[in-house]
Amino acid sequence: MQRSCDLNVEKGIAESFSPETSLALWQKMCEVRYFEQGAVDAIKAGEINYQVYLSSGQEAAAASFSLCINKYQVFAQHRAHDIFLTFGAPPEMLRDELRGLPSGCSRGRAGSNCLQYHENGMHMYGHHGLIAENVPLGVGAALGNNKQTLCIFGDGSAEEDYVSPSLGFAATHKLPVLFVCMDNNYSILTKTEVRRSWNMNEVAKSYGLPAVDIADDPWTVLKHTRELSTQLPAFINIRVCRGYWHAGVGIDGTLEWDRFNMVKHELNELGLADKAAKIETSVCKKMEQIWAKEILLKPLEKQLEDI
Amino acid sequence: MGKRNLAETIRETTRRHLEEENGLLLGQSVSAVGWVNGTVPDTRGIVELPMTDVAGAGFAVGAAMVGRRPFFVIRFQDFLVLNGSPLINYAAKVKELHGQSAPVFIRAIAAEGIGPVHSTVLHGMFMHFPGFKICAPMSPGEYEKIYTSFMKDDDPYYVSEHRFAYQNKEEFEDIIRDDADITIFLASSPRLFAAEASKTLEKEGTKCNIIHLLWLKPFTCSEAVIRGLKKSGKGLVIDAGHEICGASRSIAYELGMASGVMVHALGLKDHTKCLCPPLQNKAPEVDEIVAKVRNILKLK
Repeated sequence: MQRSCDLNVEKGIAESFSPETSLALWQKMCEVRYFEQGAVDAIKAGEINYQVYLSSGQEAAAASFSLCINKYQVFAQHRAHDIFLTFGAPPEMLRDELRGLPSGCSRGRAGSNCLQYHENGMHMYGHHGLIAENVPLGVGAALGNNKQTLCIFGDGSAEEDYVSPSLGFAATHKLPVLFVCMDNNYSILTKTEVRRSWNMNEVAKSYGLPAVDIADDPWTVLKHTRELSTQLPAFINIRVCRGYWHAGVGIDGTLEWDRFNMVKHELNELGLADKAAKIETSVCKKMEQIWAKEILLKPLEKQLEDI
Repeated sequence: MGKRNLAETIRETTRRHLEEENGLLLGQSVSAVGWVNGTVPDTRGIVELPMTDVAGAGFAVGAAMVGRRPFFVIRFQDFLVLNGSPLINYAAKVKELHGQSAPVFIRAIAAEGIGPVHSTVLHGMFMHFPGFKICAPMSPGEYEKIYTSFMKDDDPYYVSEHRFAYQNKEEFEDIIRDDADITIFLASSPRLFAAEASKTLEKEGTKCNIIHLLWLKPFTCSEAVIRGLKKSGKGLVIDAGHEICGASRSIAYELGMASGVMVHALGLKDHTKCLCPPLQNKAPEVDEIVAKVRNILKLK
């Protein structure tokens, strides 16, 4: 399949969803985008000194998952701020995890690429830095408790030795796992076509899993996720664009496509411009407060006292 | 029914775990060819893994994270080089990083004399990594003890088994004597040869304290043992794994620091375990233990 922003996106699909759903998707996307904007500013100002793995650019898919499978236990990849935030974990805990503080979601011990959160009915397990190690873990968890499970990995992670057998094991034991490849076409900076001749959809299908290959249009992701959630185990390959480097806040240049602005445009077409703008402004303000200088610049001793 | 041997004890402990504790047992070819030397029961909760080293360990760790306390059977410890990643990088780290737990019971089984990647003991390698509890039970009573401990704990356990001990029905007792010339600490299969080695040495006039090591990590030692070591004035730790960076040297260092006594180490030579003798590089048995003690004591 040719990589493109409209890969298997039905024309006019957004119109088949309610305005409430479309605006909820947008709200979630804004939460990721403006949280991370605050993080980027803090990094550039030298207020965060640890490595970060940013989700901006790919937040539409996580927003869609959060609207339909937010009760799944999640085994997320290294780039998982999007899942953490859209599934409802507190942004303050992510902010403090990025800063290595005891009030972070893992008490500041694990950092950006190892996110976990187990409160308020949410069960998010991250990985520890070995890409796709979360995939067999998620399959094992589904074997253990038979709960619906979301395993997310990237197109580079998909090549790890332990991913294919995980799909196979889930197929053999009919485990309720949704496998998702967030396909940004890069492993660090090496393109997929340089690394391999096969594609993950064919691999998943060969194990008997229903599989789709789609662009990250949030309405399309929502539609297919809902459909496949009744046919688990299943696989979705989602073509996304990474806004920042593999790690850190560097940018490679112009994005292949800018889903955030495409969704904003689509909301305008749906006649939801005013409501969307209100949501964006409100989320932006909330995230500015979370990243406010008076919080970041407070002496560490005082912050620890507050905690 | 007479006393159970170690293999039967493992099988019945596992049966209890699966039938009464909602446990799982995962492993490759566990329900065929003798059910892993008669240590696996034919009951519910057994998951035959495909030949997916690495992923298989990941499945076990995932099941542990959601409370199933799986037994993960590794028929030959050598296979833990591949399977080690989810155990080392996830199960052993998840508690310190996130306050979560992944209590997986790794049945790491050793053998002897069946070639370069079916005969190794790797508990020393796993001792290197934080987050594991590591033991090497060689008797039925010891196995029951470590299982009870596991069920009260939330750490992953590396249970270093050895096929040499499967038929054993006896328990081991430490021997500490006032007139000892040396204190010998033994882990894994060399323990099975301790009594005979000690008897041989005594005939030559060398008296030994014999200390059996069940727990390798965390390693603790009683005051009585340290007193015995100090009084004997010389120590030796013997293990079935490779000596360099292995359990024998590591524990010898700890004992030396705790006692001020020079404690020697004896493990495998820095060679591959080849198939045929004399190149098998076997774990120390009677002759090698006796020779090492003579060497330490500068006897002929």
